Formats: sequence, C-alpha cells, structure tokens
Amino acid sequence: MVESGISSTLEAIAEHPKEFVPTIITAACVTICGGTGCRVYGSEDVCQAFRRELSRLNLDGKVDISVKTTGCHGFCEQGPLVVIRPQEIMYAHVRPKDVSEIITKTIFGDEVVERLLYTDPHTGKAILKETEVPFYKHQKRVILDLNGLIDPFDIDEYIEAGGYNALEIVLNERSPEEVIDEIKHSGLRGRGGAGFPTGIKWELCRRQPDHVKYIICNADEGDPGAYMDRSIMEGNPHRVLEGMIIGAYAIGARQGYVYIRNEYPLAVSHLRQAMDQARDRGFLGKNILNSGFDLNISIKLGSGAFVCGEETALMASIEGRIGEPRPRPPYPSESGLWGHPTNINNVKSWASIPIIIKRGADWFAKIGTEHSKGTMIFSLVGNICNTGLVEVPLGISMRELIFDIGGGIPNGKRFKAAQVGGPSGGCIPAECLDVKIDYDSLTSLGAIMGSGGLVVADEDTCMVDFARYFMDFTQEESCGKCVPCRVGTKAMLATLERICAGQGRAGDIEYLEELGQEIKKSSLCGLGQTAPNPVLSTLRYFRDEYEAHIYADTCPAKVCKGLITYSVIPQKCTGCMVCLRNCPVSAISGAKKEIHFIDADKCNRCGTCMSLCKFDAIVVN
Amino acid sequence: MDARVSDLYTIIKSEAASKGALIDILEKIQGRYRYLPPEALLLASAWLDIPLSRIYSVATFYNAFSLVPKGKHCISVCMGTACHVRGSPRILDRLKTQLGIEAGETTRNCLFTLETVNCLGACALGPIIVADGEYAGQMTLQRTDRLLKHLKRTDASHG
Repeated sequence: MVESGISSTLEAIAEHPKEFVPTIITAACVTICGGTGCRVYGSEDVCQAFRRELSRLNLDGKVDISVKTTGCHGFCEQGPLVVIRPQEIMYAHVRPKDVSEIITKTIFGDEVVERLLYTDPHTGKAILKETEVPFYKHQKRVILDLNGLIDPFDIDEYIEAGGYNALEIVLNERSPEEVIDEIKHSGLRGRGGAGFPTGIKWELCRRQPDHVKYIICNADEGDPGAYMDRSIMEGNPHRVLEGMIIGAYAIGARQGYVYIRNEYPLAVSHLRQAMDQARDRGFLGKNILNSGFDLNISIKLGSGAFVCGEETALMASIEGRIGEPRPRPPYPSESGLWGHPTNINNVKSWASIPIIIKRGADWFAKIGTEHSKGTMIFSLVGNICNTGLVEVPLGISMRELIFDIGGGIPNGKRFKAAQVGGPSGGCIPAECLDVKIDYDSLTSLGAIMGSGGLVVADEDTCMVDFARYFMDFTQEESCGKCVPCRVGTKAMLATLERICAGQGRAGDIEYLEELGQEIKKSSLCGLGQTAPNPVLSTLRYFRDEYEAHIYADTCPAKVCKGLITYSVIPQKCTGCMVCLRNCPVSAISGAKKEIHFIDADKCNRCGTCMSLCKFDAIVVN
Repeated sequence: MDARVSDLYTIIKSEAASKGALIDILEKIQGRYRYLPPEALLLASAWLDIPLSRIYSVATFYNAFSLVPKGKHCISVCMGTACHVRGSPRILDRLKTQLGIEAGETTRNCLFTLETVNCLGACALGPIIVADGEYAGQMTLQRTDRLLKHLKRTDASHG
C-alpha cells in the first residue's frame, strides 16, 4: 500500500514552514528524467509510452495526470528514472514495456510495481520513495532542488515554484549595493574552484568608473568527470539566468555572456529556449520588469579548448582570438572583456544567487562550515556504485559522500583513492576519508575543490597510470604560451610514460617532485599552476607504487603494459578460439578444443583476450 | 561565383556584425561542411579584415575545428576520467585496430573519422562513444564491434 503523499507533504510543510516547498504538484504527476544520461538509456521512449498510454485511456478532463520530462534527477546509474507524484514513488531502469503496468497499478491503484523499485544493495531491501533512497536521503539539495520537479522548457513552472521572485525583490526593493552586501554576508565563494568570495568580486567590479561593464557565466565545464554545470543548465536554466540578471543589476552591467562548451548540445538548446521565454516575459532585454534596467545576454559556444575555462583565456575566446591566458593583474574586474570591467562567475555561483536573495543570506550562511558556506555539488564517478550528481552541505566527510551516498565501491573491491578537482586536483587516500570537505581542508591535503568532480579509484587502479592520465590531459590542453607549462608538462609526462613502460630510473621520483614544484611556481595561469597536482599528490600518498614500478619492475595494480604479461590458465581454457580470433596482433596460437598459448613477445597487452574470455581462463601477471 | 563560395559568404556576412565574430563564423562553417575549407579562411580574412595568419592560428588552436574533411561517420570516444577508469582506452584501441587509423584520422575511403573527446558529462554511462551524434553507453569490445558493423551496414544499404 502506498501511504498518502499529499498528507505527508502537508506534514512536511507544517514542520518546516520556512522551508521552500515547490507548489507545482497538484494532482498525479509523472516526472521522467530527461538528463543526457537518462536519454541515452531511453527516457524519451518511456515518456512517449506514458503519453501514448494515457491518451489511449481517453481520460480527458476526468483525471488530472501530467507527464513531464524534467532535468537530471542526479541518480544517473539507475536511469531511466521515473517518479510518480505526489506519492514520490521512484522507479528505476524503467522501460517502455513497464509503462502500462505502472499506470494501472500505481497511478490508478495503490499498488507498487516491486521489481522496478530501487533495491539497496547493502540491505537488499526495496525502497519505495525517492526521498528514502540513501543516495538522496543524505543530500541537501538547494541548487538542484527543482531539477527533478519542473519542466525546464516551461518558464511558468519555474515561476510557479517561486522563480524570478528574487529578481522582482531586487529590482523593486534593493539598491545594487544592498544586493552586493547580501551576497557578501552569505559567505558565498566562487563555485568554479578557486573559492574567491563572490560578493567581494562583484563589489570590485561595481566600483570601477567605466560605464561599460560585462558579466560572464563560465559554463566551459571542461574537467573530465564533472557535469553538474551541464545538469543545472539542462534542468533549470532559468535559475542561472535569474542569477545573472540579478548580478548584472548589482554590478551595473548591460551585457552578459554565457560561455558554454559545444559538447553540451542539450544544455545549449535549453538555455536558448529559456532566454527567449525570459525575454518574452520581460525578465530580460529592455526595461526589465519596468525598472528601467536593461540587460542583454548572448551565448558564446566554446570550441573545445580546456584552457578556456581559465577566465582570461575565456575572455580572449569571446573576443574571437585563440584562448591564451594573460598575466593578472589587471584582474577582469578592472580590465576584462575588450578592456572593460568584467565579472566572471561559474554556473553554480550564478544559480545560488536567487536562492540567497529569496531565503536570505543568514539562511545560506547557516549551511556549511565557518569559512565555506552553502552546499557543493559533486559528481560521483568512476569505480563507485551510485554514479551521479549529489548536492551536500560543505563540511560533510569524504566517507559519507562516497560510502553513504555513493554506496561504496562496486564488485566488492577496496577503495583506493578519490581524485577531487579533476586534472588540477589531487587524490585523497583511504586514511584521509574522514576529513571534512571544504575549500581549505582539501587544499591542505594537496587537492582542490575545483569544479566538484570526484573520481573514485578502486584497488585495480594504478596510481602512476592515473597520474600519467592527468598529465597527458593537461599536456595536451596546455595552450603553449608559457614555457614552464608547455615544456614542463611534456617533460613530466615523458618521465611518467617511461615509468609506466617499465623503464623508470633511480632519481625519477625526485625529478618529478622538483619539476612539479617549479611548474607550479612559474606557470602563467591556473592550468599550469595546478597541472602537477595529480602527480605530486599521488607521490605524497602512493610513493610505494612509484617505487614498485621503478625498482621492482612491477605494477601492483597490474595495469601498466610494460610491466605485465598475459597468459592462459591451461585448466580453464576450453580452446574456444574466441581470444585467438580477436587478438589484434595474432599473438595467440592454438587450435579448436586445444589449450591456447599467448606469445609474450608478440603480445601488445591490449587486454582484448582477457575481456572476451567467457571462462576466465586468461590471467595477468 | 561557385555555390560554395556564395554559401560561405552568406555565413560570414550573417555573423560579421557582432563583436568577436570570427569563432562564431568558423563554428558555423565547421558545422555546415564538417571542416574548414581553405577558401573559407581566405574569405573570412578578406571580409573581416583579419590577417590570414591569425585566422589560421584560431582554426588550429581549437579542437572543434578541422582543416581536413572528415569522414561520413564520425566516431568519438570519450576519454574522460570516469570512462578512463572504466576501460575507454581499450575501446579506443579496438576502434583503431578495426578501422586501421589513429585517433584524429579518417579512413582512406572517407567513411570513418575516429576522434577522442575529453568528457561528455555522461559519466554513468562510461565507457561512452558518440557515433554520428548518437550516444552509446557502457561500451564493451563486443558492442563496439556491433556498432561498427551496424554503421557499415547502413552505408551498404544506402549505397
């Protein structure tokens, strides 16, 4: 039996009258996740199946059932996700063929389709409600609160949920200085990674005498493994716009830009649509809400250069030049786009603004730690059970994040490290799992908050190879303007590649450490200044793995091609010929029903044989 | 004037008025032709009064632009961290062997271009491949082979 969702919602409102409760759900409502992940799993087909089935039942006017595609719900691992409201019953991995059963049993009856419920892998229990699922239960969704509720294509849903209300408050009741004070008071720090206080940044820009000022939303989310900005823009683009409009008013800008990756087509189209709707309603354009304030916002597409996430490179790119950073000062707040004062904030920072205005700086400042206020969105990816986006108060421990919310490591493997902050960040080893996460604690551990990408590595991950991967990335993305980054990352990469190939030499570790420190000190921009972090932090916590590669010629995780060999376990081999036929370098010999043999001299260690063998007859040493 | 030149002119003119238009123009041309034809760079240089050397530097700096024509089918392998730890290098290796080209290259019959992309932000689906704009998640070697076979078959049936 399903307990009444409406009464429990009412109870929740009575308990927390000041908590912001979206008011859009009135009758039965089916929300289907339409994030990029769930779409790939086929959520659009599920949505169509719901619509088709309901229209077939010909319910016109009799029952109010709405079916809508929302932004990303966050729990990407379980997609396509469907939530039946108001009961908040969550179904995972839903397929079109399940739809008619959901409609008859759950929407018209009070039965639950048990097999579609999420099962907690630790307790083995099926969980009914979305809010009870451990993945959601431990989160505090402030920025992502509406993501699974509203249709991002419908401005009215955002408005009904209280959207653009903050903008009205600001334009009608507050001076720009008051808005800046409020943001300063909230303690919001830049969510792009560096953590500079947002209010102070705004104030610096506002104080410039130049009457032409710009604001920019940095949506060039380039860190591999981080996709929260994309999800916000896909799921709730109006909140980003509202934040930008408020910011422009406070700073005194008349033109804004959203610089967004062209690898995010869905986010671009949602944002475009949202801008058109906001213009139609008078939230954007000339004389916004009859206040006399004008703002135009344009979208600029990134062209696939990671360095353009750096603010000065980003501005060069908007100006139509190659995305090379320049030295600071002058900071963008003094001289930015086309030489005018410019304020650049990350998507999450802009999206936090309407919430701070609406609920008050005091409310916001109560969340988090002393020096890191509010919530942070992390993307949990890699070797973790519950891949997805989570929003948690700053100050939560890594253990809670990875094990309580993330569900731990799949396949019974052991946790090894979590890489925080992408290629600019560092890894956190198991012994530091209980450290509270905030801007400062992460820095002291040798990582950075960065954009919030959190990649979990299990025992099968080689930390030297992991560091090599990141160095390969930054070396490739280095723009080449300054020597320390251009030449230094190449030298570090070459050394790491040598170590991974089994040709490490005594002195390599010390060389990497020295070079890394120099690159950090002397590079022009954030890319170079942080590029050695993954290497330095793996050296700090996993030095023994480097030593094993160099001095013992072994890769403890059995990953590095130069240090491993593949061989056939004769007792298990059935002679099925699958590996033999698929070996790209013809290194496997044998005949049907005869035990195969891998020629180590010919083998290129691609691992194809091992992943194709159905009998686990191939082993790596 | 040949049709392509006049088409390029239309694209350039439509954007030329806005500030910092060069990248927008190149993006449009890239979107239309899937590469930047040499005449496009010359025309943009003349129209925008920007030295060809600077246009060349922009065209070669950004990953989204290509100076050589791409194949009919474009396959991108996500090399983001999450895909990496879930085995995307193996998928890339497989495609390289099957197609006989390196990442960034196009097969000699101009059917396939193989590319890598840093992160598509669909990490739950890793390892992920995008073939002609369609996402394919949780790739294995078998699924990669099947995908290639499917692409080749659609070609054969369309002549």
